[in-house]
Amino acid sequence: MTELNIALIEYCLRIADNSLIHAQRIADWTGHGPILEEDIAMSNVSLDLLGQARGFYTYASQLEGNGKSEDFYAFHRGERDFRNRLMVEQPDLKDFGFTMMKLFLNGCFDYLFFRDLMKSRDETISGLAAKSIKEVTYHVRHAGDWVVRLGDGTEESHQRIQKSLNELWPFTNELFEQNEVDELLIQNGAAFNKKELKVEWDAMVNEIITKATLIIPSDKIYFHSGGINGVHSEHLGFLLAEMQYLPRMYPDAIW
Amino acid sequence: MLVSLILAKLISHLGFMDVKVKTDDLSAKETAFNNSIKDGKVIEPKDWMPEKYRKQLLRMMSQHAHSEVVGMLPEGNWITRAPSLARKAILIAKVQDEAGHGLYIYSAAETLGMDRSEMVDQLLSGKAKYSSIFNYPTLTWADIGAIGWLVDGAAIVNQTVLAKCSYGPYSRAMLRICREENFHNKQGYQILAFLMRGTKEQKEMAQDAMNRWWWPSLMMFGPSDKDSPNSADLLKWKVKLYTNDDLRQRFIDRTVEQAEAIGLKVPDDKLKWNEESRHYDFGEINWEEFFQVINGNGPCNKLRLKQRNDAHSNGQWVREAAKAYSEKRKAN
Repeated sequence: MTELNIALIEYCLRIADNSLIHAQRIADWTGHGPILEEDIAMSNVSLDLLGQARGFYTYASQLEGNGKSEDFYAFHRGERDFRNRLMVEQPDLKDFGFTMMKLFLNGCFDYLFFRDLMKSRDETISGLAAKSIKEVTYHVRHAGDWVVRLGDGTEESHQRIQKSLNELWPFTNELFEQNEVDELLIQNGAAFNKKELKVEWDAMVNEIITKATLIIPSDKIYFHSGGINGVHSEHLGFLLAEMQYLPRMYPDAIW
Repeated sequence: MLVSLILAKLISHLGFMDVKVKTDDLSAKETAFNNSIKDGKVIEPKDWMPEKYRKQLLRMMSQHAHSEVVGMLPEGNWITRAPSLARKAILIAKVQDEAGHGLYIYSAAETLGMDRSEMVDQLLSGKAKYSSIFNYPTLTWADIGAIGWLVDGAAIVNQTVLAKCSYGPYSRAMLRICREENFHNKQGYQILAFLMRGTKEQKEMAQDAMNRWWWPSLMMFGPSDKDSPNSADLLKWKVKLYTNDDLRQRFIDRTVEQAEAIGLKVPDDKLKWNEESRHYDFGEINWEEFFQVINGNGPCNKLRLKQRNDAHSNGQWVREAAKAYSEKRKAN
């Protein structure tokens, strides 16, 4: 396999893992939302993310060409194999504001990321990005509306959503992290420099955060990272244990 | 004294007249209402309807909406544990449909004059009932198949008939909901069909789910008509078109063959095709269990109500914030 293909597989798995783990967290809300309409909306978001994950896993499996399926990547890899960002694996603990803030901060990045990726020289990647950006556009609008409502709602909601922002902010630097995989793909025109998205991301986030009367935490805080190398928070292991248990318990079974 | 006595008599006489006129008027309206039902006309929210008709429908429809919403819980249990990405997506979409059904039926029920919030309060306080089936636990993945196939299958038998009921908003809601339920039914059956051609453990899992869900599914049609307090009125008003027993029989007749097709055994020793009646004969339903579950003593009644109450109270601050934000916007 070429070096480029190895990098492409790794790149697809990062995107897919991120969407899958995020989808899994949001899906946990099904049946427990603050209002029925929002329950339906969160199921939609989760389905979108799951669809993105399946698209990129399928492409990774085609590139690998050894008969692995989307389910292999989702259910038969361990904690150190997953490449998602740490932010999405953080538990929501049925705090709706936390979920919306997470969706918003991630969504702003994914919007810019997929917008660039639509111009990828790799046609499958650009096609998957074009499909995903439509969904992410809606996620950003939906989550952004909630961030504003909660920020500028009641005293309690303001405090709660500010706390969520404070808790999630240390995970935002990781959005722009890249390594030699990115460099190779950037050279090849298959991917783009994520660091260049930072200015636009800041502007998108600032606009809503200001509208929500919230304050972005100081830059001096410590930022977490590790997802790109499969070094996660403790939370991922529990998530995978729950998600993977059936296929792990019955490895020969077809569902 | 005399004047006041005469006045009192006069007033009382007039009052009597008034009541008599009203009664005549009411019975005339009720007769007209009954006639339009007989003629197969559909009743719409603004039409006159007997108070009892309105109350019975409101009871049925709000219970139905509650059942959709509470029903999300046992199935939602398995979303994070679904054994493949395709199954996970299907299950999320399926449970999401149930939320949509809840919303749709609440809206239809609101046309009878009660707000959704009031109906929800009745559910949360335990005053309103919901389908007893959702007080059973989902213990294995096969239960998700059994719910889709048996529980939604039973619901389809009920709802296909309700789609022809006399109240317009309810019948229209049912038409739309039945289409989605048919999909749910097929996906449940497909889950079990896959398990039945799978490993030994998968087959056992499927049969175990069948054993646990069969009888509660039969109970979904409600008690035998002789023990069903509301049946007579509902049949007269064409809110119900068939008796509980008729619908249960219809469900059994169509489901037994489906079970056999994939090698599942129906857990009823007395189940037998009756050539004369052209129906399946079946064993005695444990109504004691049914009434225990209805009255709050099923395996999951307390848990389901707690989960609904938790979701409601966890979301209180969100709803309050949305309201406060919207009021601020209006003020500016």
